[in-house]
Amino acid sequence: MAPMTDAFSAASVADPMIPRVARVVRRKREIADVVTLEIEGGAFDFAPGQFNMLTAFGVGEAAISVSGDPANRTRLIHTIRAVGAVSRALKELHVGEPIGLRGPFGRGWPMREAEGRDVIVVAGGLGLAPLRPALYRLFAEREKYGRILLLFGARSPADILFRDELEAWRGRLDIEVEATVDHARGEWCGNVGVVTTLLSRAQFDAANALAMLCGPEIMMRFVANALLERGVAQERIYLSMERNMKCAIGWCGHCQFGPVFICRDGPVFPYSQLRGLIGKKEI
Amino acid sequence: MIESIERIVQEHRFFAGMDAGFVALVSGCAKNARFDPGQYLFHEGDSADWFFLLRNGSVAIELRDPARGAVTVQTLHEGELCGLSWLVPPYRWTYDARAIEQVRAIAVDAACLRRKSEADPRLGYDMMKRFMPPLVERLQAARMQMIDIYGAHD
Ligand SMILES: Cc1cc2nc3c(=O)[nH]c(=O)nc-3n(C[C@H](O)[C@H](O)[C@H](O)COP(=O)(O)OP(=O)(O)OC[C@H]3O[C@@H](n4cnc5c(N)ncnc54)[C@H](O)[C@@H]3O)c2cc1C
Ligand code: FES
Repeated sequence: MAPMTDAFSAASVADPMIPRVARVVRRKREIADVVTLEIEGGAFDFAPGQFNMLTAFGVGEAAISVSGDPANRTRLIHTIRAVGAVSRALKELHVGEPIGLRGPFGRGWPMREAEGRDVIVVAGGLGLAPLRPALYRLFAEREKYGRILLLFGARSPADILFRDELEAWRGRLDIEVEATVDHARGEWCGNVGVVTTLLSRAQFDAANALAMLCGPEIMMRFVANALLERGVAQERIYLSMERNMKCAIGWCGHCQFGPVFICRDGPVFPYSQLRGLIGKKEI
Repeated sequence: MIESIERIVQEHRFFAGMDAGFVALVSGCAKNARFDPGQYLFHEGDSADWFFLLRNGSVAIELRDPARGAVTVQTLHEGELCGLSWLVPPYRWTYDARAIEQVRAIAVDAACLRRKSEADPRLGYDMMKRFMPPLVERLQAARMQMIDIYGAHD
């Protein structure tokens, strides 16, 4: 009899609702309640900004963006924050344990459209995770872009995700990295204030800039408004949206957001498409 | 000396486009100031006799909490305004302002500027229009910080 892994893999070709089984090969605690899992079990192709449905067996499935390097096709990296039953179970997975996987799903960041432009990447909190594959791609193909700015906001210094990597990027001369926190005690010497304050000091060519935003919706709304005020076209301000997912393939309607399905048409959308919807209490 | 402070005032982002006559009036109340890292520009409860327009360096706005010590709620940088309490009675600082690094600033004598604004409401209105945007921005920022947007919410 074929091993269970193969049976699942074969089935996943036929039925996109059946997860294949992969294995956790590395687990890293990032900050409180957030871990990064590295997964093996096949070749993984994805575009920056796409997500997978991850299963904690016996508990359920959750949509989780890929946070690793798209150039690495043998190992899949996801960064997960424990907020409920599924994400908590995923966070507790240990090295060697199986994990279910469907995907990748959705449309990612507009990497091609960003070419030849100044790129402003604005991340809030865990929003840095879905943007990290785009950053790896931008850095790998640095010559294709104008200025690259990474503006990152977190709740406090202890909540800064991928801190070592941010430090390393900050040391590069060909990108600008600024971080800010909402509150800090004496030991923090960096910026304090909402992420929009970083934007007001940032230098870029608004007429030829493209922005990628990921974070809490309210933060993206304020950042988008600040970018519009600076003269960035609404068609070139991209946001990654989150809604509850069930099927992730446009069947169930769970993730419907006005006329679009987040799973199929997004999660990345230009602001021009969301403008009338985002911020509304109910759609 | 007066001439050079006029030029500095005129070139500061905060006074961009200001009428030359008003620049002269403001400059008459202004002087240069310098603060070493760690030095306080002012303390909570003190009388708000001056406000500062930052030319270089950064300033931390701190609130003192007996349980947690000093909590920084905002940092201010080159080109920004430090101090709004001078505008509204009883003209007392409601927070501490600490230089994070070497700071150079234009210090404006608040009582002097209030007097001139009373005497010439056009100057007062011009100043209000310049102070209102940072005031509103800080109010919005405080609201965002208050709702803790990055926290996990049920
Ligand atoms: C396209 C997409 C990409 C995503 N990428 C990631 C990712 O890379 N990493 C990651 O950790 N999560 C990501 N999420 C969010 C993740 O899917 C949800 O947090 C997850 O579904 C929670 O499932 P749960 O069963 O653990 O919690 P639930 O039982 O669904 O929720 C438990 C509680 O947590 C609250 N909650 C749910 N989601 C969030 C949230 N995102 N932030 C704060 N509170 C929340 C709920 O309101 C509820 O009160 C993504 C979501 C989408 C749609
Ligand atoms: S999750 Fe089912 S339609 Fe999007």
